[in-house]
Amino acid sequence: MSTSQTTNPLTVTAPEGLPFIDFEREFDYPVEKVFRAHQDPELFRQWIGAGSDDLDLQVHEFRTGGRYRFVQQGEDGVEYAFNGVYHVVRENEFAIQTFEFEGYRDVVSIESLTFERLEGQDGGRTRLRGHAVYPSMEARDGMVGSGMETGMNAGYTKLDTLLESQP
Amino acid sequence: MDEERLDRAFTALGDPVRRSIVARLSTGPVTVNDLAEPFDMSKQAVSKHIQVLEQADLVTRSRDAQRRPVHLNPTALEELTAWIDHYRLIHERRFRSLDALLDRIPDTLPTKETPQ
Repeated sequence: MSTSQTTNPLTVTAPEGLPFIDFEREFDYPVEKVFRAHQDPELFRQWIGAGSDDLDLQVHEFRTGGRYRFVQQGEDGVEYAFNGVYHVVRENEFAIQTFEFEGYRDVVSIESLTFERLEGQDGGRTRLRGHAVYPSMEARDGMVGSGMETGMNAGYTKLDTLLESQP
Repeated sequence: MDEERLDRAFTALGDPVRRSIVARLSTGPVTVNDLAEPFDMSKQAVSKHIQVLEQADLVTRSRDAQRRPVHLNPTALEELTAWIDHYRLIHERRFRSLDALLDRIPDTLPTKETPQ
């Protein structure tokens, strides 16, 4: 596989009025590899930390009924912990997981991940789709689970989507 | 945006009337009278809401004594909505790391190990 100069784009949408966050991202690698990078703890650890090398992957059971927990250090030195369960995992196809940021306990989102095989050379490419459902608009807008350092209060509103909807 | 300003802005927006006012102002300046019109409350009450938004630096009021139109402060709003960019940034970084990792994984994969 050649190293491409341009990165496949990531689209993120937070629709107005619905407590969802959706993303879509393609990879120039076969679905088996992308799935494997989600399943194998040694591989998963290397990318889920978004480039930081201090990710502590304490539990990672990427199978139906499995658990996960990982801890990261923020820029401010504070520890951010995330945990959840894998409600279902279907090899090379699909997974549903819960997601909790321990800084906002009991605000749990449910995220589904779709691994889609795309045609191409050398085993093809992959389209990864994520759909996260939050328990409330405030939870979605408060970005619980993103590890954001700023304390977002419950009254925050998604102005960008509000303004986007204006003619 | 510093912490205090952020707090004031979020507090200001933690009210449906004020959010509605901000939404209205996104299309252009509006006078206090016109802003008050859709609400079932006194103009003084609406004026108080506008004052909160003003103190939070989200809107500015012109000094036109007659009509006093209210303007949205676009810069403040851009800073507030940076959160979605932060989310996007985190995910972008993750997937770039994943790209680099996928490039290193050999094509022949060993059989799946049984998780603990």
